[in-house]
Amino acid sequence: MNWEPVIGLEIHVQLKTRTKMFCRCANSFGGGPNTQTCPVCLAFPGALPVANKRAVEECIKLGLALECEIADRAVFHRKNYFYPDLPKAYQISQYDEPLCSNGKLAVPTADGEIVIGITRAHLEEDAAKNVHVAASGRLHGATATLVDFNRGGTPLVEIVTEPDLHDADTAKRFLQLLRQTVVELDLSDAELEKGSMRFDVNVSVRPAGSNELRTRTELKNMNSFNFAAKGIEREIARQIRIYEEGGTVEQETLHFDPTQEDSPPSRSKEEAQDYRYFPDPDLVPVHPPAELVEKLQREIGELPGARIKRIADTLSFYDADVLVTGGLDKLWSDVVAAGADAKEAANVLSNQFVAAGIAPDAVNAGELAKLVAARSEIPRAAFDEALAKVGDAGFTAAPYLAQKVVADTGELDPIIDKIIEANPGQAEQFRSGKDGLLGFFVGQVMKETGGKADPRVVNERVRAKLGA
Amino acid sequence: MIDTLRLTAEAANDLLTAGEVSSDELFSAYLAAIGERDPELHAYLHVCDDSPGEGIPIAIKDVIGTKGVPTTAGSKILENYVPVFDSTVAARCKARGLRLLGKTNTDEFAMGSSTENSAYGPSRNPWDPARVPGGSGGGSAAAVSGGLAPWALGSDTGGSIKQPAALCGHVGLRPTYGTVSRYGVVAFASSLDQVGPVAKNVRDCAFLYSVIAGRDENDSTTVDVPAVELPTLEDLKGLRIGVPKEMNEAEGIEPGVTAAVRAAIELAESLGAEVGECSLPRSVEYGVACYYLVAPAEASSNLGRYDGARYGLRSDGADFREMLMNTRHDGFGDEPKRRIMIGTYALSSGYYDAYYGKAQRVRTMIRREHADVFEKFDLIVSPTSPTVAFKLGEKAGNPLAMYLNDLLTIPSCMAGLPGMNIPAGLSEGLPVGLQLIGPQFSENTLFRAGHALEQAIGFDIVPERLR
Repeated sequence: MNWEPVIGLEIHVQLKTRTKMFCRCANSFGGGPNTQTCPVCLAFPGALPVANKRAVEECIKLGLALECEIADRAVFHRKNYFYPDLPKAYQISQYDEPLCSNGKLAVPTADGEIVIGITRAHLEEDAAKNVHVAASGRLHGATATLVDFNRGGTPLVEIVTEPDLHDADTAKRFLQLLRQTVVELDLSDAELEKGSMRFDVNVSVRPAGSNELRTRTELKNMNSFNFAAKGIEREIARQIRIYEEGGTVEQETLHFDPTQEDSPPSRSKEEAQDYRYFPDPDLVPVHPPAELVEKLQREIGELPGARIKRIADTLSFYDADVLVTGGLDKLWSDVVAAGADAKEAANVLSNQFVAAGIAPDAVNAGELAKLVAARSEIPRAAFDEALAKVGDAGFTAAPYLAQKVVADTGELDPIIDKIIEANPGQAEQFRSGKDGLLGFFVGQVMKETGGKADPRVVNERVRAKLGA
Repeated sequence: MIDTLRLTAEAANDLLTAGEVSSDELFSAYLAAIGERDPELHAYLHVCDDSPGEGIPIAIKDVIGTKGVPTTAGSKILENYVPVFDSTVAARCKARGLRLLGKTNTDEFAMGSSTENSAYGPSRNPWDPARVPGGSGGGSAAAVSGGLAPWALGSDTGGSIKQPAALCGHVGLRPTYGTVSRYGVVAFASSLDQVGPVAKNVRDCAFLYSVIAGRDENDSTTVDVPAVELPTLEDLKGLRIGVPKEMNEAEGIEPGVTAAVRAAIELAESLGAEVGECSLPRSVEYGVACYYLVAPAEASSNLGRYDGARYGLRSDGADFREMLMNTRHDGFGDEPKRRIMIGTYALSSGYYDAYYGKAQRVRTMIRREHADVFEKFDLIVSPTSPTVAFKLGEKAGNPLAMYLNDLLTIPSCMAGLPGMNIPAGLSEGLPVGLQLIGPQFSENTLFRAGHALEQAIGFDIVPERLR
């Protein structure tokens, strides 16, 4: 039987407002434990929440970017449960009257767009952070739990998708595109390592062609896009195997350990919680004025999805995707405008430039364009060195462009001959078909010439000399 | 010699302004009265030896947070809890120089009508110490009536200012919902809780209201309020007063209460008011039932924060869950536990629509019914409590009988409307309260009417046995 995976995502994005969602404590990362707290976020008796206007605006902005309907009236609800990281014993969230609903995000792919429905995007407050004190750092075997309330009450936007995704790769692309959108709108750092973007994945499978929705499992602890894709693939395979063996999938939460790729997920059977949602009587409903919504709409520029589509007309879809989701396309277009070849510039940016870890904003596009244009004419070592410094203040390409690559066969041939002579075994293997050894010879020549040899010429000459 | 039993806040302030007494002398006079009579009345849970300020003293109900001064809400779970911040109302009193005499007794988390639910023992009625002072704000009521404070702050969820004022024979205002900040006030039912003044007469009540009322940026539900007018007029010309028959003829209203209230209504007519009958049938029939879903539901959530982790009582346990359960088991009395259970049930999945959802719809209906009445009348009147002060223990074993004590105060609370009690007279030697209710933000009308009636009734607020 053919099986169709059904995937839905729940994403939490931590807004980078100056203050927390319902109090005036600083919303910043890295302060000493419990230094960014007050009676409100510690839930002292009588303390009351007041909604952060800025956070409301940012949630609306994200909603607009996701083509959501913005509610005329949005309500904060209390989600009640007891947990040490939740001092009020309820989280202020939104329930049946969220700020944003019924949106969509079109994910460009090589074969056209895949439109993913956005069920809702709403505001809520984050929980505090439990620190389980034990050697392993895991809940199991912990001897004590400490609570750091600095994160407690910081603003989150929760984005819930429709179960419109059917493969791991699209899910990954969706997440990357969403992240880039959030970052460009300047709403969040959306850094997975810092936890300022987190996501849960709901996965089920069904016989291809059917419309049923079977029991789903929830994957948590996904701390990278690649890992999420792997986790989804493994979970799809696991469920298919269960059904094909005549079993049933149980509704449960699964935690994949990224360091243990082959081990089965650990399970937590969460009790069915009754959160007793009800409208928070301490907060008044939010009525976003139409002028505000229009103003926020005007502030949104061309979004990443649209840019991928536009750039894919010039470059390949792959290149466009990498440039845009890597936040490199603006620099790319500046470099191209300054005279560099589009494809060359894309290659340099998505490979060496990313590897060098330079902030695109710091780069003088004109100088980088010169470097890209001269790439084949200057020694690789000089190019790499220049690229590493391209983000430095006052960088100029000129000193590197002055260095010329050695392409003269009269100069290169004796070196190549010497290396072939010194490595008769490898030469023999290459002749008998072990093509991969070409790289070995080229590498030796580059080493001998201090990186100044033109690799294309060396390639040709090695092949010619070894008669391959 | 300062007669704390009779001295109004205004008179005390006049003495102070004229330099006839000092702020310290006033403060000491009340401390002396407390020393003399509080052992019998138990109005206070905590008395301050001294407090900063240059003005006259004030007592504050113990659900209202006061920085550096214990605030227990009458509960064992907050034993030894000392707030690190002032409630907005306490801060506003301080800013006007008012000096905190102490914290007054209350039913635990303001849940009750007699103070018998206080974890620290009941307060007693200054008119007859065998009787309750009403609740939940019985401590503030007993303090003001017994001359242990010139005035006080109370809080009212379903009648906790008005009913004790009725039972102890003084003035108490529950303001329009949203006019007084709840910030720093231990929450019982957030959509109903309001802080208000407890005073010896209407002018004091109006003045204290002007001190605490107004928009607070720390409480989103607050609004700007019209300027307060201290009442001076002694007639009621042009005022239309409605007499809702269900609230004046309800079963269980004592004949002596009815008689005093009728006399007050006739007096109003003689002062120039137009008096007419009106009707609030559904508000009276469903008010209490609706209240006992909405208030416990909100309470069940509001009381979740008492987990033993950060402040207040902590009982031992092997892990968080056990510590939490032991703390709440040991720290909450029967009434909060009862309401947490009712409220949790009312909010549960599958029951929400039938209980909490339905109650909210009934609440809307109660609001509309009141709004209709206020199309034709400027205010409505009724007894505040169906009975005079009852004996300690008389209703303590029967929660339903206790709940019905609030039959007449609850409907207007559900509608968010202001209500004021003034003493109407005596029945069997005990005070009878007259309830005046107006539309939203009609406090000035209530003050005007209350003041004129007060002058005409001429009630002596000093308990007979203490004169």
